[in-house]
Amino acid sequence: MNPNSLWLIPLSPFLGFLINGTVGRRLPRPLVTAIALFFTAVPMLLVLQLWIFMKAAGAPEAIHVLCGPWIQITGFTVPFGIAVDHLSLIMLAIVTGVGFLIHLYSAGYMAHEEGYWRFFAYLNLFMFFMSILVLAESFLLLFVGWEGVGLASYLLIGFYFTKDSAANAGKKAFIVNRIGDFGFLLGMFLLVAHFGSLSFNEVFASIATHPEYQGGFLTAIALCLVVGATGKSAQIPLYVWLPDAMEGPTPVSALIHAATMVTAGIYMVARCHVLFDRSPFALGVVAIIGAATAIFAACIGMVQHDIKRVLAYSTVSQLGYMFLACGVAAYSAGIFHLMTHAFFKALLFLSAGSVIHALSGEQDMRKMGGLRKRIPVTFWTMTMGVFAIAGIPPLAGFFSKDEILYQTFVSPNPIGKLLWLVGLATAGMTSFYMFRLWFKTFFGPERFDEHPAPADHAHKDAHDDAQAAHAHGVHESPWIMLTPLVLLAILSIIGGWVGVPAALGGHDEIGHFLDPVFVAPLVVAVDGEKAGHGLELGLAAVSVAVALLGFFVAYVFYYKRPGTLGKLAATSKLYPIVANKFYIDEIYNVVIVTPLLAFARLILEVLVDGGLVNGSGKLAGLTTIGLSNVTRKMQSGNIRSYAGWLAFGAACVIAVMIFARF
Amino acid sequence: MVPISWYLILAAILFSIGVGAFLIKRNVVTIFMSIELMLNAVNLTFVAFAHMWHQVQGQIFVFFVMVVAAAEAAVGLAIIISIFRTRQTLNVDQINLMKN
Repeated sequence: MNPNSLWLIPLSPFLGFLINGTVGRRLPRPLVTAIALFFTAVPMLLVLQLWIFMKAAGAPEAIHVLCGPWIQITGFTVPFGIAVDHLSLIMLAIVTGVGFLIHLYSAGYMAHEEGYWRFFAYLNLFMFFMSILVLAESFLLLFVGWEGVGLASYLLIGFYFTKDSAANAGKKAFIVNRIGDFGFLLGMFLLVAHFGSLSFNEVFASIATHPEYQGGFLTAIALCLVVGATGKSAQIPLYVWLPDAMEGPTPVSALIHAATMVTAGIYMVARCHVLFDRSPFALGVVAIIGAATAIFAACIGMVQHDIKRVLAYSTVSQLGYMFLACGVAAYSAGIFHLMTHAFFKALLFLSAGSVIHALSGEQDMRKMGGLRKRIPVTFWTMTMGVFAIAGIPPLAGFFSKDEILYQTFVSPNPIGKLLWLVGLATAGMTSFYMFRLWFKTFFGPERFDEHPAPADHAHKDAHDDAQAAHAHGVHESPWIMLTPLVLLAILSIIGGWVGVPAALGGHDEIGHFLDPVFVAPLVVAVDGEKAGHGLELGLAAVSVAVALLGFFVAYVFYYKRPGTLGKLAATSKLYPIVANKFYIDEIYNVVIVTPLLAFARLILEVLVDGGLVNGSGKLAGLTTIGLSNVTRKMQSGNIRSYAGWLAFGAACVIAVMIFARF
Repeated sequence: MVPISWYLILAAILFSIGVGAFLIKRNVVTIFMSIELMLNAVNLTFVAFAHMWHQVQGQIFVFFVMVVAAAEAAVGLAIIISIFRTRQTLNVDQINLMKN
């Protein structure tokens, strides 16, 4: 394998973006599709080849491709290069693999949309930046990818830019992420100040050779990076953009806001684990943020009615899990969950898209129900996703979630047990709201409108073209959408088996695969073997019981006796608070947005616009008028006044000649 | 031997009187005379410097000035007469045709 072909992984989707973005408008749709799919299939195959190469005996643990210096200032150089190790390989596999499946799905889902070429150009652009992010060998290049996916995400969320809510959601995502990026940037500045380098290799090597570096400035750097990660990975307090991001087309929600981009924060923390390992405080912060986000978002997810919003809050919650894993220095568990989550969350979103497609744009679960028989393939694939995320063994979600809970429980973190309890409660809530979604959508009476008015239709241009297959009424999606669903369902079932822990008779292959990257985390003192398998099995049993409890509660309230919960909610004082998402958006609005806007208005409208711009304009005008008034008086037409001015001028010249000694 | 500065001071005084009269007087004929006064002041400096440097150019310039002044007087008087005929006044404050 030629290391230089690594460059093809990011560049190939970029090429697709260039072609579709420039001439896509004039190309027929099948050709646009072919271009978009081809340029995402290429990196997927390359990653596959890379995987085989790196799995092979004797393959290097990391491949570096350096292209010489990027920034060169006296005493400070940033090399331009990309690298692949086992961690980025897993990320790449997820990004390219899941990414390709979602491209395939989009070809079906977006088939009737305006701006088809634009959509695929953006998607390819996203793939380009995401692979840059993953492949980067320096903080700076990572940041380029980081910003790039933010841009692509902004473009895609605001894809329906004629809709106000979509445009606003795009802006919100962009702005909230900028706040996080501010932290990231500060972290980079601190890195430059302390290490004089932004290369991963150099920084981590420098830390490794200085065992005396503990806490202190490393904590500061780590905390700054965490701020960036909370923005990108939608953690408290910067999670607010992700639920709104559901305004984008559903494949976007699946690709960006579930499977890839939001995991960038987890990836970054895992990538910088050397920094975090030296700072128990920063790790603790990460763990607490993660656990708090997990349970907080799960709370909100339980009462949402929009099918995509339930999934969005679920994503926030699951990302909290991954943060929690990183926070207890169980990075490989976090990455494991990242991977399984990519499978089942992409699956869930895409099936939700298929449901929405079937109902011609309906997203409210209160208007669904009884869809089980109407769209059987979607039903079965989504069922796999629901069971996987709920943590029912032996599906993917069970193993990864359990690994995180176990690692949290045994971690030396002083509040590890509490965090575990939070995680466990979250697991139960996750199971509850996922089965709630499942029952409400697929079981019970049919509550949807069979022939919705075209105005309600999300696919705007809809059915006027002779699309016989896409007729009115509830219908199963075309094969091009179902194929990715089936593949992702299979992955959601078996995806977890690469991480079966020793306690359950497995080898934790993904953990060992990642061992070279997460070599000897210093904080983790308790070894799985030492604690014994009994504890691990017991904890697994507890979490399965909790998952089943969630299922049972959802079964009772949404299948057996629907309506009881409605009555309960009507009397409860807590319900409206949760249903309104704890008024966080409103609080942000009052505390941050409104004062900021007022301040900006003061600065811009009153001071700059009113004072500086208008003021200078008025000043110039008045000066001219004043001067012209004076000079106009000179133009009196009176010979003597001309002569007077002439004499005055001559006197001035003479005075200058005398006193300035020209 | 009278020093050159005396001549120059005299010329300056004459010139200033000319300028002052030019600015103050309203009668256009008087203004004309004050212009002649200024020209004579200049002529005086020319002659004084020519004498001081023992060169003839200054005196030649005086002739030029006198020629120009004579021509100016001829043309100027013609203009003054024609103005008087049209406007029945020689007050410059009322002769402001140049002003729009």
